[in-house]
Amino acid sequence: MLPSSFAYVAPTTVDEAVQALAAGGGDAKVVAGGQSLLPMMKLRLAAPGTLVDINGIAGLDVLEEADGMLRIGALVRHGDLERSALVRDRYPIIHDAARHIADPLIRNRGTFCGSIAHGDPAGDWATVASALNAELHAVGPDGPAVHSARDFQTGMFETRLGLDQVLVEARIPQPVAGQGSAYLKVERKVGDYAAAAVGVVVVLDGDTVTEAGIGLTNVGPLTIDAAAAAASLVGRSIDDAAALEEAGRLAMEASDPPSDLRGPAEYKQDLVRVLTKRALRTAGARARGEQA
Amino acid sequence: MGDKTVVTVTVNGEEHEALIEPRLLLVHLIRESLHLTGTHIGCDTSSCGTCTVLLDGRPVKSCTVLAVQANGRAVSTVEGLEGPDGLHPVQEGFKEEHGLQCGYCTPGMMMTSVALLAENPDPSEQEIREAISGNLCRCTGYVNIVKAVQYAAAKEGVTA
Repeated sequence: MLPSSFAYVAPTTVDEAVQALAAGGGDAKVVAGGQSLLPMMKLRLAAPGTLVDINGIAGLDVLEEADGMLRIGALVRHGDLERSALVRDRYPIIHDAARHIADPLIRNRGTFCGSIAHGDPAGDWATVASALNAELHAVGPDGPAVHSARDFQTGMFETRLGLDQVLVEARIPQPVAGQGSAYLKVERKVGDYAAAAVGVVVVLDGDTVTEAGIGLTNVGPLTIDAAAAAASLVGRSIDDAAALEEAGRLAMEASDPPSDLRGPAEYKQDLVRVLTKRALRTAGARARGEQA
Repeated sequence: MGDKTVVTVTVNGEEHEALIEPRLLLVHLIRESLHLTGTHIGCDTSSCGTCTVLLDGRPVKSCTVLAVQANGRAVSTVEGLEGPDGLHPVQEGFKEEHGLQCGYCTPGMMMTSVALLAENPDPSEQEIREAISGNLCRCTGYVNIVKAVQYAAAKEGVTA
């Protein structure tokens, strides 16, 4: 299967990429890893007139902590995150998710930012970015623009990213004292999308939750920011089984999964409830420095 | 739109130039322009992994990479494994441990295994199974494939 014909542009700077997108007049797409876009183009579900390949832009592979933020550049692959000691030690939710995205071969190409820009509610990274309250830094003809990961997706395969904008970097607040996180995913087999997945971040003062973020993957038309579930935990003990049960129930109520080959809606909703509780227990243990 | 472009790709250490359409997939460049048909096309939907090649040392599915994206980069295919002293230890492992029946998945399995051993010369069974989890075999089963990789790891450990 070959994609439809397209014009190929390989810029070496972000400004050139922005110009190429503008020249494409709304019919241009950025390609980084291409592990979602190229299959769609091969199936002719997508047929951009121009492909702007950002792989030749120096510096977009940045993966480092600076100014209180973890910077994940647009060319950081899932596998880079999986193998990063910094990520493993300080951002367990990212490490958890990286190990279960697609398969190891796809993880060598696909990118964190590309997954988020793709706007697929089955994408794991949009959930992780939402739970971590990430900033998404884009550049367009009018200069830089910053989007919040928590309301970035606007529809199936639609986001706030302008057609003339390049998502150049995600920035994630560095963990504070007492922070723990986890990502739990149930998939039918390696390489499949999640039947359901939950990402959680908690900050503890002693046993008391002072901040929380909860994101849900592939259980609705959008990546879900389960804000009510997260808010319900604040001020309560991470060891309070009733508090975790309530958060699980609220997360479940925030989900709206379809029944499909990955299971009936009721099953997926119950997965959300159970995975939320489990992820909270794991994140809590990690926040206290316990093995989990 | 779709004007042809010249790419230069180093395949198994040898530089090749080709005039291609940007929509050409890397696997087609390898098989049809360079006539290296050891790399197979299986599912063509990035599920099966038989098209796996190394792009700058990392295993990728060549049905889901544009050939033009390999411009200026190094590609390794199964044809590059055999050296002057004979079979690569991974090839020898697949032969000795009966790691193949029909052989269709084998080139991808071997390229993934070569990359695994380059990064982790002494993998556990679990690590081998995770590494090949993007490569599907529908006849041999994975038991002998794992043994083949273990054979290669042991052999490389001896020669290294």
